Amino acid sequence: MADRRVFFLTFAVLTAAAVFLLWGNAWQSSYVLKLRAVKLGGLICVGLSVGIATVLFQTLSNNRVLTPSIMGFDALFLLMKTVVVFVSVGLSLPPVSAAAGFLADTAVMIAATLVVFVLVLRRTRQDIQLLILVGVIIGLLFRTLAGFLQRLLDPSEFAMVQADMFAQFGGIDAQALLIASLLLTLLFVWLWRSHRVLDVMALGRDPARALGLPFDQLQLQLLAAIAVLVSVSTALVGPLAFLGLLVTALTHSLMQSHHHALLLPGAGLIACLVLIAGQTLFERVLHLESSLAVVIEFCGGLLFLILLAKGKIK
Amino acid sequence: MPSAGFWAKTRTGVGWAYCATLVGLFGLAGTSLFVGVQDLSLRTAFTDPEAFQLLLVSRLPRTLAALLTGASMAVSGVIMQLLVRNRFVEPGTTGTNESAMLGLLAVTLLAPSLPIFAKMLVAALAALVGTFGFMRLARHLPPQQPLLLPLVGLIYAGVLYALATFLAYQTDLIQYIGIWLAGEFSGVIAGRYELLWLAGAVSLVAYIAADQFTLVGLGRGLSLSLGLRYGQVVALGVATVSMVAALVIVTVGTLPFVGLVVPNVVARMMGDNLRQSLPVVAGLGAGLVLACDLLGRVLRAPYEIPAGTIFGVLGAVLFLSLLLGRRPNG
Amino acid sequence: MIQIKSLSHTITDTPILQDINLELPQGQITALIGPNGAGKSTLLNAIGRQIEVAHGTVTLDGSDITQIAPRDLARQMAVVAQHLAVGSRIRVADLVGFGRWPHSQGRTTPTDQTIIEQAIEEFDLIALRHRFLDELSGGQRQRAFIAMAYAQDTCWLLLDEPLNNLDLKHARTLMAQLRRMVEHAGKSVVIVLHDLNYTLSWADHVVAMCDGKVVFTGPAAQVATAQSLTDLYETPIQISTVEGQVFARYHR
Repeated sequence: MADRRVFFLTFAVLTAAAVFLLWGNAWQSSYVLKLRAVKLGGLICVGLSVGIATVLFQTLSNNRVLTPSIMGFDALFLLMKTVVVFVSVGLSLPPVSAAAGFLADTAVMIAATLVVFVLVLRRTRQDIQLLILVGVIIGLLFRTLAGFLQRLLDPSEFAMVQADMFAQFGGIDAQALLIASLLLTLLFVWLWRSHRVLDVMALGRDPARALGLPFDQLQLQLLAAIAVLVSVSTALVGPLAFLGLLVTALTHSLMQSHHHALLLPGAGLIACLVLIAGQTLFERVLHLESSLAVVIEFCGGLLFLILLAKGKIK
Repeated sequence: MPSAGFWAKTRTGVGWAYCATLVGLFGLAGTSLFVGVQDLSLRTAFTDPEAFQLLLVSRLPRTLAALLTGASMAVSGVIMQLLVRNRFVEPGTTGTNESAMLGLLAVTLLAPSLPIFAKMLVAALAALVGTFGFMRLARHLPPQQPLLLPLVGLIYAGVLYALATFLAYQTDLIQYIGIWLAGEFSGVIAGRYELLWLAGAVSLVAYIAADQFTLVGLGRGLSLSLGLRYGQVVALGVATVSMVAALVIVTVGTLPFVGLVVPNVVARMMGDNLRQSLPVVAGLGAGLVLACDLLGRVLRAPYEIPAGTIFGVLGAVLFLSLLLGRRPNG
Repeated sequence: MIQIKSLSHTITDTPILQDINLELPQGQITALIGPNGAGKSTLLNAIGRQIEVAHGTVTLDGSDITQIAPRDLARQMAVVAQHLAVGSRIRVADLVGFGRWPHSQGRTTPTDQTIIEQAIEEFDLIALRHRFLDELSGGQRQRAFIAMAYAQDTCWLLLDEPLNNLDLKHARTLMAQLRRMVEHAGKSVVIVLHDLNYTLSWADHVVAMCDGKVVFTGPAAQVATAQSLTDLYETPIQISTVEGQVFARYHR
């Protein structure tokens, strides 16, 4: 099922990665190279997670306007993070290593996602539109709750949470990155094996069930997968709301297909390309490192709205 | 209320709704006057001149500010919903608040010495442009998917917000954005909230045009067929909503969900005939916001929790129960 | 009398109406007929000033409708659209009451009140008057909107496929009501109809359209012949008279 466009995208990502690594004679310093390699690894992990999570989510919800972040996934992550800080400070638990913390975050995130969405799904099963709106409101609720808890924290405790509140591509932990990439690899293998099932699921619940697919069970599995992907990207760099929209819009217009065999790698690679190229541009050319996330958000949302206004979506 | 006679005859619940709203508001306002860090009782208020001063300078303005904010935000929420004919929007999800913020940011950067009223006008103008932008966008959406509109609104608002954050970040004004979003009344004293009376006045104008807005909510074709100047009414509505957004952001900061939850609750009970329901919408908005402010004062006294935070939680829970509790196909 | 002169309209480069010239007679029921996509609804909306046409004029008793103040026009002409999607929660009685809006701008007088009550009665809405529109069936909602237009009390009444959602009883009653309004109150009705038998039984005047053009027009008895209708719909249609009633047969 490989396609020329996927090869082309892979080539583009590799080129961008090389430029990012080697810009400004970096090969002369192994220290700089190592620093950049970690950052590059982070960007790739985040890109793949965001791109693929968004495609999966849009398949699940049958809606091209949604991202996991609009539905409150990363708000849930922030809330959890705040609760963890709140509780661990309250019980004066010892600090854990970044890797263990990362694993714990992901586990709690999957559990929380499943609990929340099973509860919501049970009430809104027939009505995907309602599910979406409820998700949006729950996202806002989580955000406000997190803000509320943060009000109750000391400034020093607050600083522990604040680092996660804005997307930042500096300061990625190498150990956490390793675990994240292992997790992602496992997940990608599983997703790749089920890409044909995903094609059928994209038809919607009723047609998929009519074709003999255990839709509800698959839905839970997919939600768990999305939870993992969102935890990975949010834990590594923080929330990114509209990158996924930008990426899926680009993917659909490039691939012109509903086959997940094309959509999944396409979205992952395009997200990587956007992130790496953006980071290179901002860090090396414009020296505006900290604002990349905001700019991506802005451009992602704007491009999406333009596509919508031109009737390219739906 | 020229037509009150006719409407009242066809219903009995309306009078009760008005009474309940009024009683609730007076109760809350009375409580609000005597709750706070400093002790103040009905007796000391009139015997102790210092306590009376506290009442006049801090408690009363704070109570009025919460009432005016709640009422005008709820009214602009219902107007927004009728203008785009969708139950699930409010000025916070149509880019109105965010564009007001952008305007405010721009004027703070370019002409920081302007008086607050002029700044507010610039913000209102920006909100006007932003809201019309949203309505243009809304026209491209298929009407048979009502929940698409709030989603697109959220994205639109998010884009404007990202732009505002970027500008603020580059110019070290990021703390302002926090203040504009926070929606709290702890800083309100006499002399700092009076612009909100204007928001109240704007809402009153909306009440005078209540029939027109109801008709707009029934659709363009029907409005035209009844001889309504559709474009003018829409413009009036957008102007009202933008004005309120700018005024509230400039004085106390915006609160989430007020414009969304209150109109939905009221519409469920008494429908969308604004001539009848607008007073209840305004009253319920005012009461809920004041109640949240009161809660914020009491929950962790002597510290305060912003009313916006409390409303965010309560409003979300209320709205969710509305959504999930509704009848199938209803 | 409504006069339409060289009216043309396009939607995104697709011509919908092409150079329409028509006179709609006063004091009669005029039926707009023709196959799907003929431009009937667009023509009706152009007459009712629901859309702004690219070319041509519509005059009402000699004055261009675009020059008449919206409120004045609304006192002379009422329009009931085809798709009545309503998002607001409005009670039936309130909706009908809005029919008096062009006359009293919300300051309802006792006369208005009488007319509103009459409209509610006339369209069988007494039991539904306190219900919200979103709690009604399609046909009930349609009747509420027609009652509103009735309460508007205009010389001209424009209806776009009003029979679509109505059951047999209410469809027949509606046509009889329109007939009565024409004969006793001197109203004029323009109606888009799909059912040929309703057209033949109730309409005085027929405007047949196809592809955005008027194919034929004139008194129903003269122009609605088997041959002309067969050509219009590109389907064999036979006209026969049973017990003095004209019937079209096209089912098989």
